[in-house]
Amino acid sequence: MLSVEHLFASGRLASASSSFWSDSGGKLGGALIAVAVFAAVIGLLMFFADHAPKRNRDFIQLILFVLPALVLLSVGLVWPAVQTVWQSFTDDNGKFIAFENFVTIATDPTMRRVLINTLVWVALVPTLSSSIGLAYAVFIDKSKGEKLLKSLVFMPMAISFVGASIIWGFMYTYRAPAFPQIGFLNQLLVWAGLPSQQFTASSPMNTFYLIIIMVWIQTGFAMVIFSAAIKGVPGELNEAAALDGANAWQRFWNVTVPWIRGSIVVVVTTITIATLKVFDIVRTVTGGQFNTSVVANEMYSRAFRLGQPSLGAALAVVLFLMVFPIIMYNVRTLRRYKEAH
Amino acid sequence: MSAAVAPEQVGTLDPAKKTQRVKARLTSRGATTAAIIIAALWTLPTFGLFVSSFRPEDKLSNSGWWTVLTPEHWGWTLSNYHAVLFESGASSASLGSYFVNSIVISVPATLFPLVIALMAAYAFAWIPFKGSSWIFVTVFALQIVPLQMALIPLIRIFNSPWLDISGSFAAVWVAHTIFGLPLAIFLLHNFISEIPREIMEAARVDGASHTQMFLKIIIPLSLPAIASIGIFQFLWVWNDLLVALVFSGGGVGVAPVTQRLAQLAGQYGNSWEILTAAAFVSIIVPLIVFFSLQKYFVRGLLAGSTKG
Repeated sequence: MLSVEHLFASGRLASASSSFWSDSGGKLGGALIAVAVFAAVIGLLMFFADHAPKRNRDFIQLILFVLPALVLLSVGLVWPAVQTVWQSFTDDNGKFIAFENFVTIATDPTMRRVLINTLVWVALVPTLSSSIGLAYAVFIDKSKGEKLLKSLVFMPMAISFVGASIIWGFMYTYRAPAFPQIGFLNQLLVWAGLPSQQFTASSPMNTFYLIIIMVWIQTGFAMVIFSAAIKGVPGELNEAAALDGANAWQRFWNVTVPWIRGSIVVVVTTITIATLKVFDIVRTVTGGQFNTSVVANEMYSRAFRLGQPSLGAALAVVLFLMVFPIIMYNVRTLRRYKEAH
Repeated sequence: MSAAVAPEQVGTLDPAKKTQRVKARLTSRGATTAAIIIAALWTLPTFGLFVSSFRPEDKLSNSGWWTVLTPEHWGWTLSNYHAVLFESGASSASLGSYFVNSIVISVPATLFPLVIALMAAYAFAWIPFKGSSWIFVTVFALQIVPLQMALIPLIRIFNSPWLDISGSFAAVWVAHTIFGLPLAIFLLHNFISEIPREIMEAARVDGASHTQMFLKIIIPLSLPAIASIGIFQFLWVWNDLLVALVFSGGGVGVAPVTQRLAQLAGQYGNSWEILTAAAFVSIIVPLIVFFSLQKYFVRGLLAGSTKG
């Protein structure tokens, strides 16, 4: 138990020598003050709302209640978005260059690669997570230990993309064939009599290995939504189909799937949007090297690391243009679905 | 999403149906096996990381975690955790400080958008005004703006001399508050507008002001929704990397644990004794929140599932 002693000894050491505790105390105190100031501002707003003049009272109260949200959203989201769109048509000195940034994105070989990778992500992540999630939800429906089985697959949803990337980075760890493997997947290769390989460094398959991480995270989401939807399928429908001689497979395709169509649309579109926006995985595992970059990662790199904010802005606009039709489709299908039911 | 779960009326089942059900269960043995395999596949990576984080460095770098039960590779230690949490020095992980930063970031960044969104949602739902539904639709539409669209101009605003907050907790709080608002307003509005009109009108007749109605009726009645959305926002902030990278400045003074973890992954890509323990420190809070409040988490997920 040497290590426990070690832990406590140096814990004491740290408290005595370093400024950890006083620093932390200061930070927490700062947070408390911020919360107090926030409460005071809100309190003041409510006080004014309560003592608003009788004339136009409802209007003044409405304004005071929505004021904080509207100010924050217009200053922090609407106006910046407009500026980003404008910036995407300029160079880094602010000169208007029309579509040049977008032409670069469409023609530059590195950028082409980024776009292709993004399309591969968008094609694979929603399909794989939704189908595995749906299969799993059907398999465990009404089974013993359903709750536990659900938690296990759902758990990655709670983990950060960075954490998930470390977890999988460890699975993918490479050691030269002569040494004992410490990454589980390479050990599997060795057991199968194959040479170990550098999963994350060998293009083009490495993009696929990164995609697995996102699938691992999103499957739980798909499963939970589908599981709730499946429980809404009326038992009589399934029984009637069974009486007509439909087997489980046929019942799944002809009863369950049509019934949960709305959920399928929600899940697939939600995962697609999340996939388009995710940059943490690529950044943590490869940093965009080895031909793995995607639009969201490239946007961050260009704007904040490589000093090309205009190109970054153009990439943000590309991201927006990719997300927009998906959400429109989602809204339209859901409305039609609601009207039909 | 329909939540009408058919109650299992086991007591009223006739015997014929019961045998049918048993038969169905037996034929689904393949399905059960498949489910267990998926569950194992999904748990294995986290489990391997967890086990490895307690192994001494020499063992961890020379043998896989699946060999830990063999006598030659057996051995456990807490020194990895000690090293990442408490060791001080320029090259150490100092995760303890970053962990505190994560707490200092996450609690206000959950509280602020919730309160602001509650007020706005209440106003949109219950204070009659001509243009209010139009403004509400606009706020709802803002959900489709990816936060990448706002980052560059926002950092410019934070950097400007009259504000000058970039690289501080304030910058991270404000950014998270802004990005959390559209979804929170939308979900809370859905919930608050369902509160029965009679309750509100009775309070109105009794002479309650909007502020009183907000504090005494809206907030208590919306607690389930507040809990779900609060948990979501908390996890989102705790797990965030992008906002932290852009607004925290990256130092030990403000940066959250996820950002430090990403830095460590870049610096010590192969020092798994550091990375395994550090990763576990960063995911432990979300895991506790998840396992203790799973019910609210799922409810929030079912209510609305797009974000930022």
